[in-house]
Amino acid sequence: MTGRIVLALAAVALLAMPWVLSTYHVLLMLPFMAYGVVLLGLNLLFGYTGLVSFGHALFIGLGAYSAAFLTGWFKVRSLEVMLATAAVVAGVIAMPVAALCVRYVKIYFGMLTLAFGMVFYTFVLKFYSVTGGDEGMPVARPFLLGRDLGAMPKIEYLAGPYYYYTLAVLVIAVLLMWRIVHSPFGLCLKTIRDNPAKAETLGISVPHYRWLAFVISAVYAGVGGALMATPTGNVDPTLAYWTHSGNIVFMTLLGGFANFFGPIVGAFVFIYLQDFVMSVVPWWRLVFGAILAVLVIAAPQGLMGLFTRRRVTEVA
Amino acid sequence: MILHAENVSKHYGAFQALNAVTLGVSAGEFVSIIGPNGAGKSTLINVLTGLARPSAGSVRFKERDIAGIGPVKLAKLGMARSFQLVQIFPDLTVMETLEAAVVARLGRGRRLLASLAGDRAVREDAEDVAALFGLDTKRHALARHLPQGDKKLLDVASAFALRPEIILLDEPTSGVSTADKTRIMEILVAAAKRIGLKAIIQVEHDMDIVFTYSDRIVALHQGSVLADATPQAVQADQRLVDMVVGRRRRHGA
Repeated sequence: MTGRIVLALAAVALLAMPWVLSTYHVLLMLPFMAYGVVLLGLNLLFGYTGLVSFGHALFIGLGAYSAAFLTGWFKVRSLEVMLATAAVVAGVIAMPVAALCVRYVKIYFGMLTLAFGMVFYTFVLKFYSVTGGDEGMPVARPFLLGRDLGAMPKIEYLAGPYYYYTLAVLVIAVLLMWRIVHSPFGLCLKTIRDNPAKAETLGISVPHYRWLAFVISAVYAGVGGALMATPTGNVDPTLAYWTHSGNIVFMTLLGGFANFFGPIVGAFVFIYLQDFVMSVVPWWRLVFGAILAVLVIAAPQGLMGLFTRRRVTEVA
Repeated sequence: MILHAENVSKHYGAFQALNAVTLGVSAGEFVSIIGPNGAGKSTLINVLTGLARPSAGSVRFKERDIAGIGPVKLAKLGMARSFQLVQIFPDLTVMETLEAAVVARLGRGRRLLASLAGDRAVREDAEDVAALFGLDTKRHALARHLPQGDKKLLDVASAFALRPEIILLDEPTSGVSTADKTRIMEILVAAAKRIGLKAIIQVEHDMDIVFTYSDRIVALHQGSVLADATPQAVQADQRLVDMVVGRRRRHGA
């Protein structure tokens, strides 16, 4: 009951933000919501399946570059088409990547995902004629539900229609993921997280389930990546860089991977904390490193763990 | 014969773990495999359950060659097993553990968007098994919080939730108190009758358990079958008692 009240309050707050917050803070909500989508997917793999990926920036990058290619090369302006394409591209690329990665666990899995991420990063960095290299590619302002809002000032567009569009995508992503983790499939993932050998004796094919969880998480990352592309109006290789993969793992740990909403809370706190710390000191990464160290030692269940009694899950 | 191993050998490098073992199990039998440490009991269970491929010989379950097919396919064929060390899902509740087994048995694991809570068939089946194993009052307890005896029960119960035709138990009462041992075996035998299990094979060190519950005893020694007989025949063979049963049982019997 308390949870539902908190959720209702959060929903009201998110709906009201463009009316009560300054434009600056409303714009900060855009990356938060895009990361929220990414992290819902990442946590299906991390918190529910027990696999820590250090290469999911690959799929964020794929989603973002899909949006850039669609608007730049194919003159497609529909955000719905951009999101669907990002989801398909990330999902299709994830299929072979996942098939190779899920054969390994623990650090080997993490390193392999990191390697694939770096392959993509190097590709977009070096194939200048196709990807624009380190300068990246521009992303034209997309139509929302078929409406061309090109006449609207950019800030107004982002803080108004685009904000609510992104919020709607986040809500749909939350509802879908909630359904997935509370489905028979979600239960099988939890058995694999807890004890893969035992899961196999029950007839649960561990590699197949891990593969599917990986592909779903990549689809979420792709959609999140496409959502990130519009506010900046440009995509560049740093989206696919390994430190970006590290950041989203950090956000997940910050909020707490053992809780469904933990990663979303982590994304929110990360974005605002980063903004605050960057405005105070230039060495903000040092501060973030210290926070991560304190977090792992003092609150391994993340911020949400401070409010719930559920014990920390050991990720195999 | 529901399970038949013929001339099964298994070696790891130069070490011969099993040497031409032949063993058949028919419907209605409770077979115990006994022997001193290193006799090859666990290796035999691993070969019989398709976890390890025999170096020579064949293993057939329901007339199908199952050598090395692995636990996933074996579970679908109708054979379940439990391990010597208790295997649980620490962060799942008792009900979630049993539901996972039922979901796997019914082939519903790929249902991504179905509501597990709304699946009555899964829930009722899992509740039945929980009641059968006396775990119904602890349905919502996390597996990691259960006492050791209940963890062992949950481990075996999840194998039973697969409604297998045959179950192989590697020391089902190891690591639990003497009182719990009898409780676990009584529950196990009653549950086997209730779900219509065709056969049980267990590896067991506790000779009281072995002689009380077995229809047949297979004694292993250095990877070979030393005897395959009824409990009465084993007890009557003084040489056998000395070799594999041990001094305590000889004096206590």
